[in-house]
Amino acid sequence: MTTASPDQLRRMYEDMVTARLYEERLQDEYMEGKRPGFDISTGEIPGELHLAAGQEAAAVGVCHHLRDDDTVTAPHRPHHVAIAKRVDLKRMTAEIFGRETGLCSGKGGHMHLFDPDVNFACSGIIAEGCPPAVGAGLAAKKRNTDSVAVAYLGEGAIDQGGFLESLNLASVHDLPVVFVVEDNDWAISMPKERVTRPDDGSKRADGFDMHGVRVDSDDARAVYEAGGEAVGRARDGNGPTLLEVQVHRRMGHFMGDPETYRPEEDQERAAARDSIDRLAADMREFGIDDQELEEIRDRAANRVDEAVTWAKQQPLPEPEAAHDHAFTNPPEGVTSEEPEFADSGAAAGGDD
Amino acid sequence: MSTPEQEAVGRTATMSDAMVEAVAHEMRADEEVFYMGEDVADYGGIFDSTTGLLDEFGRDRVMDVPISETAYLGAAVGAAQAGMRPIAELMFVDFFGVAMDQIYNQMAKNTYMSGGSFSVPMVLTTAVGGTYNDAAQHSQTLYGTFAHLPGMKVVAPSTAYDAKGLMHNAIRDDDPVVYMFHKRLMGIGWLPAPDGPKTPVPKEDYTIPFGKADVKREGDDVTVVTLGLHVHRALEAAEMLADEGIETEVIDLRTLKPLDRETVLESVRKTGRLVVVDEDYRSYGVTGEIISSVAEADLDSLEAVERVAVPDVPIPYSRPMEDAVIPGTDDVAEAVRSVGE
Ligand SMILES: Cc1ncc(C[n+]2csc(CCOP(=O)(O)OP(=O)(O)O)c2C)c(N)n1
Ligand SMILES: [Mg+2]
Repeated sequence: MTTASPDQLRRMYEDMVTARLYEERLQDEYMEGKRPGFDISTGEIPGELHLAAGQEAAAVGVCHHLRDDDTVTAPHRPHHVAIAKRVDLKRMTAEIFGRETGLCSGKGGHMHLFDPDVNFACSGIIAEGCPPAVGAGLAAKKRNTDSVAVAYLGEGAIDQGGFLESLNLASVHDLPVVFVVEDNDWAISMPKERVTRPDDGSKRADGFDMHGVRVDSDDARAVYEAGGEAVGRARDGNGPTLLEVQVHRRMGHFMGDPETYRPEEDQERAAARDSIDRLAADMREFGIDDQELEEIRDRAANRVDEAVTWAKQQPLPEPEAAHDHAFTNPPEGVTSEEPEFADSGAAAGGDD
Repeated sequence: MSTPEQEAVGRTATMSDAMVEAVAHEMRADEEVFYMGEDVADYGGIFDSTTGLLDEFGRDRVMDVPISETAYLGAAVGAAQAGMRPIAELMFVDFFGVAMDQIYNQMAKNTYMSGGSFSVPMVLTTAVGGTYNDAAQHSQTLYGTFAHLPGMKVVAPSTAYDAKGLMHNAIRDDDPVVYMFHKRLMGIGWLPAPDGPKTPVPKEDYTIPFGKADVKREGDDVTVVTLGLHVHRALEAAEMLADEGIETEVIDLRTLKPLDRETVLESVRKTGRLVVVDEDYRSYGVTGEIISSVAEADLDSLEAVERVAVPDVPIPYSRPMEDAVIPGTDDVAEAVRSVGE
């Protein structure tokens, strides 16, 4: 069993606080230029913005077992996972602000962050990161390396065909893949019980004869243990795992979500179950004092501030840059010339 | 924008209100009509496509569904073949990929493949369009994709008046209808619409036939053919151009399948100059179809042609780049000027 050491608790705490402060900062930055009305297409960060406050434990508990050569795919709510996977925070922030020096030169935005240095990608269509994670696992197996792949998805996404097909493909080939379901009880306005059976999503694993585990508490240490076992299994060549983690959605589905569908008690319940507070309490028991916790929080705050400040100083892309990056090779492929074969039938139509 | 008859109605509505009114009317009139989709119940549709329907009709007829587009869109096909009249919503048209088999191999083909022994009386509603920096997976219109594949009627209203009449026709039609509503036109609080789509709308039910384009502005110099959001951008450009002495005729296709080639041809015979404006990709799409239809029917009527559309790249996130690829009012005006020379 991989129990988190005090140093590991410190690392998790720092990333969780960073992720929380990051989302809170983006919440403010997003509203800049959108008042007095609320027009989603205006301001420094336009478009949809899905924040992950309350889901940090699921990110660090698994990603802190990963190396840079391990692959992670995240869904539309990716920032906490990106931070735990050590995606470059400055360039990620610049991307969210649509800047030229962003991770994707401004092409992707917050739902489509790509960082090849740490093998991170995310995407906006439900469950579509699952098959590519299986593919990364397949590549590792074929090349006989011990890299693993992790696909993150929401509890609403476990009803999508692409996820179920991926479970089977990963299982039948014993691939080094971990599927992490972040159960925040809601898929936009739809509560889990309205749209999904069974209640415990990790049971989906049973039908594919693979390991399934649910961590029922929003507890970074518990996730770290379960994550260690799942990642370890994959790394040792013993096949995939489906890991579901109870998390909490502390904010709306996206910025601007009125959440009128959500009972107040549910919002209060989510706010009360704060995995960051829980971890801090555990750390105190390990003798890590308040002063040290505060130092960690200060460091996290500085890092967030630096990233946002840097991002906002970056230039916007030129309009013509929209035409770049359509392909890697030229449209004609690896050659612009066709060989001539003296005696081939194909050449007969030419000279006579 | 609106005709005297429409003005006489004395009441304006947003495109969202008009659509919902038609759906509610049909649900009252026919027990077999029901609506299903993600977040269509309590939320009222992410783009206000079902506001208030849950309160009136309850969960049995306004159904939230799992995020399983293949299953619920295919289930709509099955319920339709069983004689019900489902309306199924695909939240963003960009998500069609996960369920396209049910859409184009079943919904669109079962009538034909069964030799007409089955019909598929359903409506597939879906939100389209960009202009708010939602990037490559949430900003497409994909008009050409759906119009290209046989077996579906394809509707894309630009005003509340059209939206209501076309929705009534869509629900009553015994064939599958893809009803593509542009997010920017709905009148959603957080995505302000231009002035045009909010029009007078009769309280009573009425049907607008498919395959009848609407001349939204008359002019003798240049014909602009377009649909959806770009009807309004073209009308704005026409205002500017009128000050320069260029009279632009703006044709709103309203439906892509069937396509009203006659109205387009008639206009081009008058103006000799054609600009087609589309928020879909440039190649293999609406612009090519309209221009080749005119060329095929009456090549001599064409003196000058231009198309304005999204270049063949995915839609980028950052504002300067998105603005560059989605045709703006200025792009339309420039194209009109250039064919007018
Ligand atoms: C195929 C597909 N269908 C629908 C959507 C729209 N959508 C975006 S997020 C979301 C809810 C997802 O819920 P969940 O998987 O629980 O993740 P959460 O948002 O709660 O993190 C939906 C329906 C989509 N992006 N892709
Ligand atoms: Mg969820």
